[in-house]
This record gives sequence, structure tokens and C-alpha cells, in this order.
Amino acid sequence: MSDDAPSKKAKGTVFVRKEICKGCSYCIDFCPPHCLAFSDDYNAKGYHYPVLSPAEDCTGCDLCGLYCPDFAIFGVKYEDIEKLRQDAATPVRVSA
Amino acid sequence: MSTEQAVLDGLEIDNPVMPYLRKDRIPHIWCPGCGIGTTVNCFARALGESGLDLDKVAVVSGIGCTGRVAGYMNLDSFHTTHGRPIPFATGLKLANPELKVVVYSGDGDLFAIGGNHFFHAARRNMDLMVVCINNHTYGMTGGQLAPTTPMGATQTTMPYGNFEQPFNLPFIADACGAVYVARWTVYHVKQITRAMKEGLSKRGFAFIEIISPCPTLYSRRNRLGDGVDMVKYYKEKSVIKNGANTKEVDLSFQGEITVGKFVDRERTTWLDGMNDHFSKVFGSKFKKYGVHHVED
Repeated sequence: MSDDAPSKKAKGTVFVRKEICKGCSYCIDFCPPHCLAFSDDYNAKGYHYPVLSPAEDCTGCDLCGLYCPDFAIFGVKYEDIEKLRQDAATPVRVSA
Repeated sequence: MSTEQAVLDGLEIDNPVMPYLRKDRIPHIWCPGCGIGTTVNCFARALGESGLDLDKVAVVSGIGCTGRVAGYMNLDSFHTTHGRPIPFATGLKLANPELKVVVYSGDGDLFAIGGNHFFHAARRNMDLMVVCINNHTYGMTGGQLAPTTPMGATQTTMPYGNFEQPFNLPFIADACGAVYVARWTVYHVKQITRAMKEGLSKRGFAFIEIISPCPTLYSRRNRLGDGVDMVKYYKEKSVIKNGANTKEVDLSFQGEITVGKFVDRERTTWLDGMNDHFSKVFGSKFKKYGVHHVED
């Protein structure tokens, strides 16, 4: 999950399971608004994982989630999170 | 976040493909930059969009890097001996005609050792979806020359470059009688998802070739950079030609890649043909096999 506080402009965000990322950079190179970059930090296996930069450009289109060969990243639109929040009585999974 | 789910103010959000995968087996063994994981991602989404009952879908894989797919999908799956996923899938389909059987394997498995099985399943028009991940090499055994290696590419068993003519996989599938033939690269994720969805709903032998990078062996031996550099090459050099003549879609070393949906036609499947034929020969004495499926 991005640590940056969501700005008012951002339409979505990404969630990263950094411990299974292998740093292939598919998500970074093919992000349509170019809002992902390698982190300065390493994960336990020594790979740089993706972080949002700048976070306010993310649209939550989930193309990074479609490209990721390691199932380590996915994007969510804030409007979908809002819909989930309204239906928060039961745990719901976001569908593609 | 170290758990599988993101927790956001008490909301649980999970990666949409996770329900289709065996979570305990993730992370998988594929190398960084390998495209097989991306195709599995597309396959999981295609399964979700197709609305199929997941208890009625089976995945069969052979040996090789792509052969590992059967072990990662949260479906009924089988990891067969080398080159034999299509005979196994044929048996599975005939024993239980309700199943949608998907063969998910690599180029070496399906076209080198298993080539003969592919030809005959396509000729018979068995109701299978065959996904072939073509990485131009034998990835798991050390980068030997495969029947799909383009002319001029260097391999461990061809250190001065390959001089053998490679297979043109869509042409083989078309010539043998497949009813659906498409080729995409790992760059075309949305198109792969759509092609797999179409293949899952198609009755008959559907063949999808997906060109994928092998950064550890093929790209390294040929000094082509990382996995992502290969995907950028696919992006630059691929030309979408839907309905193209499959005779003209050969691959060359770092040359143009023709992608698209080449063939989409209707032909009697093996099971329908058998039922029709024996109904004619034996009349009402013959009980149609798997008929509830045929009439659906």
C-alpha cells in the first residue's frame, strides 16, 4: 500500500506486496500515466519494488496489475473503494 | 503491507486474480522479467470474465517452465509427462464432456516432443483450448535450440547462430484445422485476455500463441537485454493484422511480429461428428454420448 497520503487529485492508488516483487519493471515501464518508480529500498530478496511517484497521477486503472508477472501489484480506483465502504458490512473483494 | 490483503480502514481489498491462484505456492519460480506470469494473470482474468463454473474447468500442462502453470492455478489441474498434455486433455474431455479443458504449455513441449499430438488433436477438432507460450528456447533445461528458435539466434547448442528454419505455429494450427488461431505477445495483455475469453467460449480446437521473453537464456545469450527490453521490442515491432494469411506470419530474429486473430471459423467437433455418424449408422439404437453438453 502506498504510504503517501492520497492527494485530492489522485483518482486511484496501487497496492504492492513488496515481499513477492522481483523488480522486473513491467509495471513501471508500461504505466499509462508514468506514475510508478523503483523504490530506494530493497525487499528481503534484494529487489527494488515499485512505489507511486508522483502519487497524484495514479488513475487506479489496474494495468500494472494486469502486467505484473508476480501478482505483486494491483490498482484500485477510489470510487471503487468508496463503493466498498458503503457496503462494508461484509468483506468484499474488488473485481477486475 | 506484508499480508495478502490490503487493509484500508477495515476494508479488505485483495488482488482480483488471487482467488484463481494457489496462494500457498506464490511466489512462483519464474525468473524476474519472464512473461509467463503475465499470461497467467491474463488467464485468471479471462476465467473471471468468462463466467465459467470453475469446478468445470481443468488445466493440463506438460513439462517446462510453462508446464508449471498447472501447479499455480486454483483449478483441477494435471502436470503430465513431457509432450503429452494434449493426449491427456483429450482423454479428460472424452471421459467428462462437461469439462472445459485448457492445455497450457510451452513451445518445446507442444511442438517439439508433442508435435504429433498437436497435429492430430487439431485435425480431429477436439474441444480444447491450447495456449502455447513461445519463448523461442528450452528455458528449463538450459537454452538449447528449440523448433521455434528464429534463424540467426544463438543458443547453447547453436553457438554460432541457428541455421534451421523454425516452425510457424499459427500456420501449423491453421493447416491442421484449428477453428480459432491467434497470436499475441506479452505486451498485448488486454488482447490476450480477450483472446482467452473467446477461446474459452469457442467449441472446437482453439489455439493461442503468446510470444514471451526468456531473459535468463534466450535474451542473455543473444545480448538482447532484460525481460522488459524484450517487451519493449514487442511493443515497437508488432503489427496487428487480424485475419492475416497465416502463411505470411513467420517470425524472424528481432524482426517484425505479426499479431492478431488469424482464424475464427466453425467446424464439427470430434464428439459431435462421432454422435452424428453413429446416429446415422445405428439409428435409434445409438445413445448420443455427452449429449446434454452438445445441446447446451
